[in-house]
Amino acid sequence: MAKSISVNLISGRTIQQGVAIESGKEKPSYRTACGIIEMDNADLKALGAWKNTNVKVTSDYGSVVVKAVEATQGPHPGVAFIPMGPWANSIVNPNTYSTGMPTFKGTPVKVEVAMDEPILLGIELVQKQCGVIVG
Amino acid sequence: MTKNITDVICPFCGTLCDDLEVVVSDDGKKLLEVYNACVIGTEKFLHSQSADRVTRPRLRQADGSWKDVSYDEAAEYTAQMLAKAKKPLMYGWSSTNCEAQSVGNEIAEISRACCDNTAAVCHGTTLIAVQDIGLPSCTLGEVKNRADRVIFWGCNPAHAHPRHMSRYSIFPRGFFTGKGQMSRKLVVVDPRVTDTAKMADVHLQIEQGRDYELLDALRVALKGEWLPDVVAGIPAEKIREVADILKSGRFGIIFFGMGVTQSLSKNHNIDGAIALTKDLNEYTKYSIMPMRGHYNVTGSGEVFAWQFGFPYAVDLSRGFARYNPGDTSSIDLLNRGEVDAMFTIGSDPGAHFPISAVKHIAEVPSVCIDPHLTPTSGVSKLHVPVAFNGVECGGNCYRMDNVPIDCRKVVEPPEGMLTDEQFLIKVRDRLKHLKGAA
Repeated sequence: MAKSISVNLISGRTIQQGVAIESGKEKPSYRTACGIIEMDNADLKALGAWKNTNVKVTSDYGSVVVKAVEATQGPHPGVAFIPMGPWANSIVNPNTYSTGMPTFKGTPVKVEVAMDEPILLGIELVQKQCGVIVG
Repeated sequence: MTKNITDVICPFCGTLCDDLEVVVSDDGKKLLEVYNACVIGTEKFLHSQSADRVTRPRLRQADGSWKDVSYDEAAEYTAQMLAKAKKPLMYGWSSTNCEAQSVGNEIAEISRACCDNTAAVCHGTTLIAVQDIGLPSCTLGEVKNRADRVIFWGCNPAHAHPRHMSRYSIFPRGFFTGKGQMSRKLVVVDPRVTDTAKMADVHLQIEQGRDYELLDALRVALKGEWLPDVVAGIPAEKIREVADILKSGRFGIIFFGMGVTQSLSKNHNIDGAIALTKDLNEYTKYSIMPMRGHYNVTGSGEVFAWQFGFPYAVDLSRGFARYNPGDTSSIDLLNRGEVDAMFTIGSDPGAHFPISAVKHIAEVPSVCIDPHLTPTSGVSKLHVPVAFNGVECGGNCYRMDNVPIDCRKVVEPPEGMLTDEQFLIKVRDRLKHLKGAA
């Protein structure tokens, strides 16, 4: 059992993400749909994490707390998936390498168990990272 | 008595379904039921009816609270912001109609803005590849009626374009594809066993980011040349088997998505995919089509190209249109801190840009025009809610195959709410006055 594991992060759409963005990004359902990391069973085992445990995901570009869930479209050992949204975008590689397109797929990340750390709501997460004063 | 409206267009994804039925109340003010739409489209129509919707513009105060303002005050703030800025960025446009986009372009010209649409984080690299090498494409109607070989490369329509497969690409019985799914061979290329891949005849579970190699390997296999034992995690014999499947069809189509546009190699992946399409045309008929995301991102590219000559990442700061992705593209402009005002409409960069770019949006004067509450409205100084385009107002939109379709208004917006176009006209007129143009 490792304290942390390294995986290759990709992001993308899910139908739950689509429904959540249309029903309101201020709502907890957005966090339920996108504040997750889908991991292969083998990777969850290597990390020693139960399904539905909060984990901290860190890359060279930032870190974010999300819920580790079992891959719904697997198996894909070594690859982890966070649905597109502010949680994934807190840690993706923003470099465009002169194409205009950030590297949303293929960011090396470290995943560690963070049982007691909270998963923020979507708007709250962005506001906090941007230092926006909220009245 | 309720009214049943047929042939309604769905303003969610690039499939732009045109067969929805919507039930509205007798007075046309309440939307009650939606039929034929996917779960996302249904949610979009129904959410317009939610009681907690913001219906008036709001300006952020120093203590972080919101203060309601009128549309005139909001237009004044926006025009002043654009007039003062040296290099404003006007971003979004993909969830509004072409009429509003055209007014937006007038504003951009007057304020010498950089303008960009959501292709920046979607199919921008596709547009670069199309300029490099061209795009042999077709309409979705041709796919429905003719395609007996369908390839989904780096896209997952089961989740992102839920009715694409039932209306056009896999299940429908077309003129030459009378047996529906039985008439077609489906190949899916994806590093995950996606719900689309589960339906495939062949799934190539590629190593993430190795699309260029596999595309090239398929071109080699088509020509019967030597291949290494394994390419991108796929054994050579499997690649040859897929090459034979592709060659043996009468009409094939390659649909591709973010798996190729956002992985490393980016536009070169798409160069490879288009070159593969060209090679396949040596044997049989093949087309290729990007799976566009927003319902009118294609239209935004059309309007930009028609009015400025380039489909996205247009910089008007020198008084004429320049286009140089990597330099004039939104993410790069924001990451370099070059933008001194941010104008967002019909999109959510707050949620879908890397956080480093969003941090810069929060630092500068900013306006967010969007019916929803979003991370972008959460970091913007002014939030202007507007009517839902495609639900509460009509307008022209382009489907992913470049077919223009007029969206329909099915229900009245809440009283006093403006549409995107109406608000933009107010901003344009005020800006002209400030700049002494009228």
